[in-house]
Amino acid sequence: MLNLTKWALASCFIAASLTTAMAKDTITVGQVLEPPGLDPTAGAAAPIRYITYGNLFEGLVRVVEDGTVKPLLAESWTVSDDQKTYSFKLRQGVKFHDGTPFDCSIVKFSYERAVSADSTNAQKGLFEPIEKTECPDPATAVVTLKRPASNFLFNMAWGDAVMIAPSSAADNKTKPVGTGPFTFKEWAKGDKVVLEKNADYWGEPAKLTEVTFKFISDPSAAAAAVLAGNVDAFPMFQAAELVSQFQSDPNLQVEVGSTSGKVVLSLNNARKPFNDVRVRQALAHAIDRKALVEGTYSGFGTTIGSHYSPVEPGYVDLNETYPYDPGKAQQLLQEAGAEGLEMTIMLPPPAYARRGGEIVAAMLSEVGVKVNLVPIEFAQWLDQVFKNSDFDATIIAHAEARDLDIYARDKYYFNYQNPEYKALYKSFTLASTEAEQLDLAGQLQRKLAADEPNVFLYALPKIGVWNKKVKGLWKNMPVPADDQTQTYWEN
Amino acid sequence: MISFIGGRLVSLVLTTLVASVIVFLLMQVLPGDPAVLMLGMNADPDAIAALHRQLGLDQPIWIRYLHWIGGFVVGDFGMSLTYSVPIRELLGPRILVTLPLALLSMAISVVVAIAIGVYAAANRGKTGDTVVMGIAQVGVAIPNFWLALLFILLFALKLAWFPASGFAGWEGGIWSGLHSLILPAFALGLPLAAILGRVTRSAVIETLGEDFIRTARAKGLTRSGALWKHAVPNALIPVVTIIGLQFSFLLAGTIIIENVFNLPGIGRLVFQAIAQRDLVTVQTLVTLLAASVITINFLIDLVYGYLDPRLSRGGH
Repeated sequence: MLNLTKWALASCFIAASLTTAMAKDTITVGQVLEPPGLDPTAGAAAPIRYITYGNLFEGLVRVVEDGTVKPLLAESWTVSDDQKTYSFKLRQGVKFHDGTPFDCSIVKFSYERAVSADSTNAQKGLFEPIEKTECPDPATAVVTLKRPASNFLFNMAWGDAVMIAPSSAADNKTKPVGTGPFTFKEWAKGDKVVLEKNADYWGEPAKLTEVTFKFISDPSAAAAAVLAGNVDAFPMFQAAELVSQFQSDPNLQVEVGSTSGKVVLSLNNARKPFNDVRVRQALAHAIDRKALVEGTYSGFGTTIGSHYSPVEPGYVDLNETYPYDPGKAQQLLQEAGAEGLEMTIMLPPPAYARRGGEIVAAMLSEVGVKVNLVPIEFAQWLDQVFKNSDFDATIIAHAEARDLDIYARDKYYFNYQNPEYKALYKSFTLASTEAEQLDLAGQLQRKLAADEPNVFLYALPKIGVWNKKVKGLWKNMPVPADDQTQTYWEN
Repeated sequence: MISFIGGRLVSLVLTTLVASVIVFLLMQVLPGDPAVLMLGMNADPDAIAALHRQLGLDQPIWIRYLHWIGGFVVGDFGMSLTYSVPIRELLGPRILVTLPLALLSMAISVVVAIAIGVYAAANRGKTGDTVVMGIAQVGVAIPNFWLALLFILLFALKLAWFPASGFAGWEGGIWSGLHSLILPAFALGLPLAAILGRVTRSAVIETLGEDFIRTARAKGLTRSGALWKHAVPNALIPVVTIIGLQFSFLLAGTIIIENVFNLPGIGRLVFQAIAQRDLVTVQTLVTLLAASVITINFLIDLVYGYLDPRLSRGGH
């Protein structure tokens, strides 16, 4: 009997030491949606970025977890005094996964392709300021702008501005070839995408040998997969109400951070009575944003007072501009002659809209506003609301980072037209120093908060859950990405 | 018999063509532009126009229809707009999920239905009949997705006998694939079995009252002998009719069940393709589904001819 116990103990030790000796070097990451392709230069879907950003494809510069821009394929750069010429010193010895060498001709090709007539780049506008790209020598790229653009470097850090080779550009949707620390292995449609470690990576090699992105769209199925250990990490978990069961599991770690996604109650500023700032302010006063975050995201998510998220540089906390005050809301509606206002809110499928819409409608009815809720499919939303501006109000998340420019556009779906804001935005793009730029970003936020073209609700949270032993995943998500380059298993 | 089959074949092809036109037109009037969906909210109008050209969406409607249906006839279904791979490549692995799922649930439904139907008919009016038919009545009322959720709760989360979702694939052997299909197949098959069971019961009861059953019993056949040898085969025609009708419900059911269980099958592909406005994929899949329902009905007609030769001779 004693022998048996000894033997059992010994085998336990052996088993334990075996597991510590071999830390896992592969990971299975859960993701809600499958990407429609794997070419970040030919589609806007965030799932494309999650798989490719930093992992497969790289740009001259990139955004890191704290939201700042860092060198990547460009080692360093200099900017001319008139802020119009950027000279990038390119990294040497970089090769694409198929062996194609990276040099200035690739930079020229990538940027010119993005603005060409048959370009299907979803963010073609990012490249619009570029006048030309020149190659004085293979290791130097000189980009000349039509006018100073203070956000140029940040824009070149987007997933849409990554470097691609002429020989593989056409097939990147199905067989992506980049310069990143992982290479593409397989895509089982409807199920998973597998990446493997790039043994010839130019920089610090990845610690994992294989990453599997598994697509699980149903929230309860996703939760079951996390609890059963079928996926090791779910960096962007959707159903906040299921998070408590993770928090009580000793093997799991929950990290709630923020994203650049801004959930807003968009108003059609061209339609009466939403063209009256008092009505818009009244709606802002009528919505208890804290309670809304509680109801839609179980309290995860930070309320915002302008079109800017806490992860974006130069964030100003403007939450107190229109505090929750139903009395004030009623008074403002009365002043504007909009008592008994009836409005229709279009609700695209995500929970922040569908569930949030119910709560907003209840809050607005408290101040005498009658709300009709219209659930709408996303394709139809894009057509009716976004393209044709045929709506009163809608709840939508604006995912793009630092997108203050949408309020300066001549035509955009919520029809906000304000010359002062446009002038302010122009000086923001011309700002030459970072301090000046941050200051102007603050002024833009204040202007929006004062004008309240839309009711700013909250920044979308990034709810991450993963095995306690997994390290190196992002807590915040300043740009759509699921960076696996630093991920490893702790012993 | 030949003219019977020939006539049915012509109507099969015509019905499929009509279905293809309807699906194609429906997809055209459905609001939502696949290019806008792919390029998102920040997209430049030029980029959207370029993507339209690339996807062939700038062509007139009738050219697009002819191009698509022309390819369809020779088995070239075209390219998926969102995945940019030939639709045929998408279909292969997904049929390996949906077809076994459909066959398995059909088998479950038929076996369960005939068992409970014949049992209830043989014990007509007794407690067994009341209990079985009472359960079947509840089964008719239960929607398959709800049954699916209950199954997941009990068999996957509580008892952990089966996976809660996902498909393990056939690479790991028959059992690994089958294991992930058992819960979905029961969720899909049992409500159908309830309906089919009721039909079986009344059909068998009806034939049990016929003169030839009395004759069979009179010439010395046992009760169960008369039941299985004479009553059940003669009760099959209405049962086969219902099976044929249920096939289209079954296909519609796979769309729901595959989404509940996160199975990468045809049904899930249809759902995704509609949400992403992958027009060509939706057209192709729906036309294929319509064609398979029509083909099944055609086969059912042939089975009738076998079960009751009078039908294929065109008279009674």
